[in-house]
Amino acid sequence: MSLDKDTVARIARLARLKVPEEELGALAGELSGIFAWIEQLNEVDTKNVEPLSSVSDVTLPMRADKVTDGGIAAKILANAPGGAVYIEPGDKNAGGFFTVPKVVE
Amino acid sequence: MTALTDLTVAQLSVAMAKKEASAVEVADAHLKKLDEHRALNAFITETPDKAREMAKASDARRAKGEAGLLEGVPLAIKDLFCTEGVQTTAGSHILEGFVPPYESTVTTNLWKSGAVMVGKTNLDEFAMGSSNMTSYFGGVENPWKRRGDNRKLVPGGSSGGSAAAVAAYMVPGSTGTDTGGSIRQPASFCGIVGLKPTYGRCSRWGVVAFASSLDQPGPFARTVEDTALLLQAMSGHDPKDSTSAPLAVPDFVAASRNPDVKGMRIGIPKEYRVDGTSPEIVALWAQGMEMLKAAGAVPVEVSLPHTKYALPAYYIVAPAECSSNLARYDGVRFGLRVPGKDLAEMYHNTRGAGFGKEVRRRILIGTYVLSAGYYDAYYKKAQRIRSLIARDFKEAFEKCDVLLTPTAPTSAFAAGEKMDDPVTMYLNDMFTIPASMAGLPGISVPAGVDKDGLPLGLQIIGRSFDEETMLRAAAALEKAASFKGRAAGY
Repeated sequence: MSLDKDTVARIARLARLKVPEEELGALAGELSGIFAWIEQLNEVDTKNVEPLSSVSDVTLPMRADKVTDGGIAAKILANAPGGAVYIEPGDKNAGGFFTVPKVVE
Repeated sequence: MTALTDLTVAQLSVAMAKKEASAVEVADAHLKKLDEHRALNAFITETPDKAREMAKASDARRAKGEAGLLEGVPLAIKDLFCTEGVQTTAGSHILEGFVPPYESTVTTNLWKSGAVMVGKTNLDEFAMGSSNMTSYFGGVENPWKRRGDNRKLVPGGSSGGSAAAVAAYMVPGSTGTDTGGSIRQPASFCGIVGLKPTYGRCSRWGVVAFASSLDQPGPFARTVEDTALLLQAMSGHDPKDSTSAPLAVPDFVAASRNPDVKGMRIGIPKEYRVDGTSPEIVALWAQGMEMLKAAGAVPVEVSLPHTKYALPAYYIVAPAECSSNLARYDGVRFGLRVPGKDLAEMYHNTRGAGFGKEVRRRILIGTYVLSAGYYDAYYKKAQRIRSLIARDFKEAFEKCDVLLTPTAPTSAFAAGEKMDDPVTMYLNDMFTIPASMAGLPGISVPAGVDKDGLPLGLQIIGRSFDEETMLRAAAALEKAASFKGRAAGY
């Protein structure tokens, strides 16, 4: 399995990850090396094997379907990198918004 | 009198109970060590004020007769655990300056037991690495050096800062997290004990997620008993993490104080004899078995046929989960934001600037293996292999009670070595990843030194949710090996 520069650029776009053009070549080489090494998994016959998604034999516990917290808008917005806007500037727990660049013209 | 910083968790508890030292004095003695050894870069954030405040409160509790299991014991916390009001970075630029408004469950449990936080330790970025060299805040230096060689060595990773802090006697214990070996491998490199519990034993709530089906918090300390004390406080079901097991927490401390292995069957997996392992480690492994045999244990050769596939399967599963988990870092709600002309460009710029090289690489691998047309060939295939690995262990544990293996294929390497090719670096975790893939508990115990005087660990792997038997075997190995090594100058 060999990945070319275009494939790496396409994956980077899917991941919303800016990768400088000049790094694409080296990255394609590294990723191709990793995937070539991963290829050895094809030696294993897994036709009748169920995929394992959880290692735990324990049944996951259920809990009552009720609200256990709330009224913490200020805490949630405290780390907003673009700053936050509150509905009621006098009451920071009433709710508010994260701010992002304009999406709709 | 022995210096307070030379005492173990258990010894400190006795000293404070006997009023030979107050929690404030104990905290101050350790904070002084943080000052002295700052050059190791073991900490990203030191919290001396918080430590003194917590120690004062601890002394007040003790005076009222309300001492907890870890009352007054100073601990370092891997900077992957969210700590309320204290910056939590995950070793990444993208979380620099992030101050969590909540506390992780594991640290909450530790503070409830009376422990005192001295700071947040350095780590590989988002816990992705085996050298601590991928941290945005710079590498950590291992307190150990090769005899007659002044080059700086890595402490292992990803919990390198937590391991170095304990090895340098800055703290008697610390927390780590282990996804593919991130507690056990640095413990081996630094000559201390590191324990990864069964997946589900400790809550992951408030721990910055890397690979959710593998991540598990655990302790570092200088003795097996001390790791048991820490694990005792850290463990337990948490309604906020549905994968934390609703099981009673056994008496780990009692198990760690009972090094009786008479009749215990110790499995030696033949597939762990692989090329590339240092001959000294192979010899130490045999010695470890002899020691346990002399203590009354019975060696049993077992087979784990899919061992060699654990590592490549891990490098599908872990990056896949990482690419999903790290999708949340988008510059909108917390962390770094790098502006762009529109929302999409802001995402690209933020993530491109915020993530380091290894994290970017893993996000790309994960995105690729989960993308349309490749999901079955890679992700599903890896999960099927994971089934086979888990089955191997189940079958082996019909013939034995614990497994004994090396922890890592080499001793600590120099900063810069093994950096050219990612696969070479990944091979560091070849002995720890299989147990991670099966969710099993593992502990690394320092058992000897190599020709350069560097510590080497042996790993004991236990059955699912049977840390007690594992701790008994570890205590027996610790007693027989009686490793007394200490890095020169620390």
